[in-house]
Amino acid sequence: MLRILLVEDSQSMRAFVSASVEQGAAELGEVELIQAASGFDALRLLPRGRYDLVISDINMPDINGLELLNFIRANEKYRALPVLLISTQSSEKDRQRGLALGATAFLAKPFSSEQLVAAVRAALDGAS
Amino acid sequence: MVDSIDKAREEFFSEAQEIIETFSRNLLALDAAISEGVKDPTLVNEAFRAVHTLKGLAGLFGAVAMGTLSHHLEDLLDELRLGRAELTRTVLDLLFGAIDVFGKILAAERSGSEAMPPGLDELVGRLRELGGSVAPEAGMVTDYELDPGMLAVLTEYEEHRLRSNLEQGLRLYRLHVKFDLATLDKALEEIKDRAKRHGEIITYLPTGESSSIETIELDLLMASHDDLSILIGALASDRIIVEEIERKPLVPAAFSSRTHPPVVPESVLSVPSGHPRPGEEAADLALVSPDRSLRSLTQTVRVDIRKLDRLMNIVGELAIVRNVLSRIAERVRAEGQPQISSELLRVHRNFERRLTEMQDGILEVRMVPLGQVFERLSRVVRQISRELDKEIRFVITGSETEIDKLIVEELSDPLMHMIRNSIDHGIEDTAERARVGKPAAGTIALNAFQKGNHVVIEIEDDGRGIDENALMQKALRLGKIDLTDREQLSREEVLSLIFLPGVSTRERADDVSGRGVGMDVVKTNIGHLGGVIDVQSEPGIGTKMTITLPITLAIVSALLVRVGEQVFAIPLNSVSEALAFDGRGVRVVDGRELMGLRGQSLPLCRLARVLGLPDDSTSGRKFVVVATVGTRRLGILVDYLIGQQDIVIKPLGKTLAEVRGFSGATELGDQNVGLVLDPGALIEEVLLSGESVREKGLRAHG
Repeated sequence: MLRILLVEDSQSMRAFVSASVEQGAAELGEVELIQAASGFDALRLLPRGRYDLVISDINMPDINGLELLNFIRANEKYRALPVLLISTQSSEKDRQRGLALGATAFLAKPFSSEQLVAAVRAALDGAS
Repeated sequence: MVDSIDKAREEFFSEAQEIIETFSRNLLALDAAISEGVKDPTLVNEAFRAVHTLKGLAGLFGAVAMGTLSHHLEDLLDELRLGRAELTRTVLDLLFGAIDVFGKILAAERSGSEAMPPGLDELVGRLRELGGSVAPEAGMVTDYELDPGMLAVLTEYEEHRLRSNLEQGLRLYRLHVKFDLATLDKALEEIKDRAKRHGEIITYLPTGESSSIETIELDLLMASHDDLSILIGALASDRIIVEEIERKPLVPAAFSSRTHPPVVPESVLSVPSGHPRPGEEAADLALVSPDRSLRSLTQTVRVDIRKLDRLMNIVGELAIVRNVLSRIAERVRAEGQPQISSELLRVHRNFERRLTEMQDGILEVRMVPLGQVFERLSRVVRQISRELDKEIRFVITGSETEIDKLIVEELSDPLMHMIRNSIDHGIEDTAERARVGKPAAGTIALNAFQKGNHVVIEIEDDGRGIDENALMQKALRLGKIDLTDREQLSREEVLSLIFLPGVSTRERADDVSGRGVGMDVVKTNIGHLGGVIDVQSEPGIGTKMTITLPITLAIVSALLVRVGEQVFAIPLNSVSEALAFDGRGVRVVDGRELMGLRGQSLPLCRLARVLGLPDDSTSGRKFVVVATVGTRRLGILVDYLIGQQDIVIKPLGKTLAEVRGFSGATELGDQNVGLVLDPGALIEEVLLSGESVREKGLRAHG
């Protein structure tokens, strides 16, 4: 079973990702989605479990997705963890920075359930 | 699976609503800041963030109109945030206008309509005009000894913030902090709070090499107008190190080099003492169950209120179980087992206590502060006062008063209408106010407080008061009262004529109040919430409307009555009076019993007869409870008035659900279950065939 850590400050966005992952069960298999409502929550959850993938929004208050990614890449324990970043279409700069920091894959808002599932697949494949 | 997407969509609507409310709060704060001549960049930033999030969500859930509007708003707010456009009153008005359009969009998109709401095009057009051209940003950021690692993790948005702070000449500081993971939120809230007085924290960068799995180290980038020594005094501790980030003497292109690998700022590479060996970390990890960490995750949940209703029903069921328990205890005692019986009674008491706690707990969850709706009202006041060119001081007190979520939702329209009325008809125009020696700005005070199981909301203005004569003329003309009434009505009764249909409706439609909604509708709506509304007015001094509402819809105040052996509860909000009844003066018209009440006919309903209970209609004293719903009245004949009690209404089982005239059952505390009458349905039921009676007898007396 896949364990995915979702870091997203918007509740409906979390619900959407959760529903999409559920919908993609045929392709992804069974997924346990652990949800963090902020970068802080993610920092707390990271050491407390094994994850196969982190999906994180870039734009979040306080700790943003890039900072979380930087933390993951700089920390020996998590370094190999694939990270899928959710970006805004308009911000190419954020994408560039994410790439430089070692993001595994990107997904630009707005996206469909199918696009999300494909991106998750790509991030997992890219990592292996 | 489609369900969960739908659910996510539902979440989206609630979240969008919340974001729009946050946005609106921001605008009100900005409005206040402008009035005081203060500039607050954080407020504009927050407004921008709200709209930015909304845009992202709208895109995800295919809400086209919302996406379009947020997109253009975002552009404008971005300009404002970066100081490229000025936040004037005109701009603010435009932003306020967007909130109304958002409301319409939300309503339309919720109902699945894809039509663009009226006003959207025009608004977008005006937003476009205001949003200036995007100028390239100056390269000030690179003038600082900023760690490239730190810059590399700033989002474009955070970089904007950094830049605008630097443009204002603020200094940059790095705060290196070390906190326990478990109390991270609290610790950061605290530091945020303390830092607020000195500047803005731009970002939080968790550093890679955490010393233990229980702690985390972060670098905070802060902009401040204060000196290092002040900041050290205000913020530094054994867990917080404050350093100033110096301006560079020269300008090497540190930031633009993308080849530079992301590195952790130097200052945090030194590992503090007490750093556990890898072996210890592994041991720690094994000890922490993942469940525990997940449970501690979220502090709030959003719950569908119907789920709480279901819980409340279960509490009702449990109350019946409790009664059975107590009955068994008594039976056991009667059968000569006093010890078991008292043990049972102890359990019963314990059960009862917990049940009460549970009921209170569930009620508490439903409560939200009235401030939610009051904020919307301040916006309306602002808008109407500008439309009518009247200066209004809107004073709100008691917005922390809590009330059932369902009631709050329904309160907004009636309150809005009453406030419109106050501004439009109550408050005099400036010239008139000057003539009578009142301050130029009219005052409307909105005051809320809790009173026992009720919440009282008062709306008071210092306007001209209600013209009683005009009110009476209008009522006469509409045939609501006749000339004899005119002589007899007390002042209070005259004022309450305002709640009769048609009386408060303007004959001439205007922009503000004349929308066909009269005070009668307000009264009916408040009535649906189990509330009552009273009016007081002094000519030349002002008018005060007082709304009294139950704290929750799950509990209602009721009059308990007895018919034969049965106890019934009649919701108090529909009881206008109760009288002794001796059977005299009853006439039968078209097979219906009527009695005279102050010159009008009151149809009677013998509850015993309706229910097929033994009816000893000839014997002894009885009581008539006069129930009023809207403009119709009904006298309910009962044997005995027990008194007033707050009750929890539980839905009827399937077998009884078909019987009209009852809204549910309630547990009466003395181990009895009583039926709750639905006066509205009962009136319909009794009067269904009596059209002529209805015409003649059921006009409300005022």
